[in-house]
Amino acid sequence: MNYRWDWGVLLREPYFDWIWQGFGWTCAVAILAWVIALVLGSVIGVMRTMPHPLPRAIGAAYVELFRNIPLLVQLFLWYFVVPELLPRDAGMFLKRGMPMPEFWTAVVCLGFYTGARVAEQVRSGIGAIRAGQRQAALAIGLTQVQVYRHILIPIAYRIIIPPLTNDFLGVFKNSSLALTIGVIELTARSRQIEEYTFQGFEAFTAATVLYSAVTIIVLTLMHVTEKRTRIPGMIALEAK
Amino acid sequence: MTRIFRTALAAAAVVLAGALPALAQESPTLKKIKAAGEIAVGHREASVPFAFMNKEGKPEGYSIDICMKIVDEVKKELNMPGLKVKFVPINAQTRIPLIANGTIDIECGSTTSNLTRAKQVDFLPVTFITGSKLLVKKGSGIKSLNDMNGKRISYSSGTTNEKAFLAEAEKRKLKVESVPVKDHPQAMLNLESGRVDAYVSDDVLLYGMVSTSKDPSQWEVVGEFFSYDPYSLMIPRNDSEYRLLATRVVADLMRSGEMEKIYNKWFNPGPTNIKMPLSADLKKAFEIQALPY
Repeated sequence: MNYRWDWGVLLREPYFDWIWQGFGWTCAVAILAWVIALVLGSVIGVMRTMPHPLPRAIGAAYVELFRNIPLLVQLFLWYFVVPELLPRDAGMFLKRGMPMPEFWTAVVCLGFYTGARVAEQVRSGIGAIRAGQRQAALAIGLTQVQVYRHILIPIAYRIIIPPLTNDFLGVFKNSSLALTIGVIELTARSRQIEEYTFQGFEAFTAATVLYSAVTIIVLTLMHVTEKRTRIPGMIALEAK
Repeated sequence: MTRIFRTALAAAAVVLAGALPALAQESPTLKKIKAAGEIAVGHREASVPFAFMNKEGKPEGYSIDICMKIVDEVKKELNMPGLKVKFVPINAQTRIPLIANGTIDIECGSTTSNLTRAKQVDFLPVTFITGSKLLVKKGSGIKSLNDMNGKRISYSSGTTNEKAFLAEAEKRKLKVESVPVKDHPQAMLNLESGRVDAYVSDDVLLYGMVSTSKDPSQWEVVGEFFSYDPYSLMIPRNDSEYRLLATRVVADLMRSGEMEKIYNKWFNPGPTNIKMPLSADLKKAFEIQALPY
């Protein structure tokens, strides 16, 4: 192989800035998508555990739709197809009227996709709580809403912190797909550096290190959250 | 004494005879091709009319024709008439790494020869000359790069057009929102859906895109050249033996006038009706690069 190494390229301008700008966009896409995913996933996940069949069906339909279509296909659907299905003016707004259309399209797409995964975690979290808890709560006179708000959801979230960590990491990694619709995030910037300097190995090494750093930070953060919110005896009790 | 002398002479002859084929084997690329029994030809899939997929799903085009002449010469050099040709699809981003890491032995597409790229790959003689222009919808009011202020533009990531456009926009203090794409079809989709106002690329590729679009009368190529892009085929670096072979083939084509014939087959008017007669510049370039023996 005829490759010439040059690690200095990572510190040279403008490539140094490019990496950090790309990293910023990666974090922006991932964190905003995660907010959408968490809110949407909680609502859908709760719907799937409700006693009434209608919310259950809606929740199931959502999860199956967004979980079964490859993320890249979803991204192209949101980007190329959805604006064409809307009335002309609304479509043009999505395509170029709003600021940064590519960025927001990526955020929404990733948010909806990850939402389906979060919903499944929430559902299984609630499912892991023994039926006696719900029955006892109803027996002491709490309404359905109160049962979820005060009993089921607080316990379920504590149970699902470890699997949620996985999805939180997934959202960072999946955000790299946004480059296919023109968001210049970390992976796109690495490729751009490769194209300008042909020092691709160095650029992708930098990206790898940054992605790993995010992973470690997220893991630590979730671990601390898990420890802080633990109710002594509760999880262990449930696991029996 | 004579006998010893004769034996020495015979020995020398044997050594020399052994050394002759060894010359061809000095080339790492040829050695690799020989060992593998196949030559890996990298090609673009939608660079009309340089390298694109025909209706049967096979790559064809101007660059492919030139490449195949070189492949024929490799067959002769290695004395392997049955040498297999493996076609490897590549894009603007993968073409240079794939040459550098030895996945492909030659690249047939529409690649601008420049000095930065020459740090990783080698370029053959220039086989086409073009430059950056804009593809816009007719009636858009865009006549040159200066009209792009406040508009949206697409360019293919990893092209010289990207660099030339970004540099030129900065120089002219134009505020243009950019939407990078991965290839020409995606750019066309962005243009058709009204997502962007213009696509910047080499003018010949833009004419190629227009000629293969659903409604060619809807599009026009505008603007002044703001970059100069000489195209060359790419081969691996540090392989003068292989480079000499390929250069010889290209120079022969230029000298014999066959290059002009291949050119006319693809450009005048060409299978997609692109209608670009051989320019005076390119004709001169063919004459200059037709090196004598």
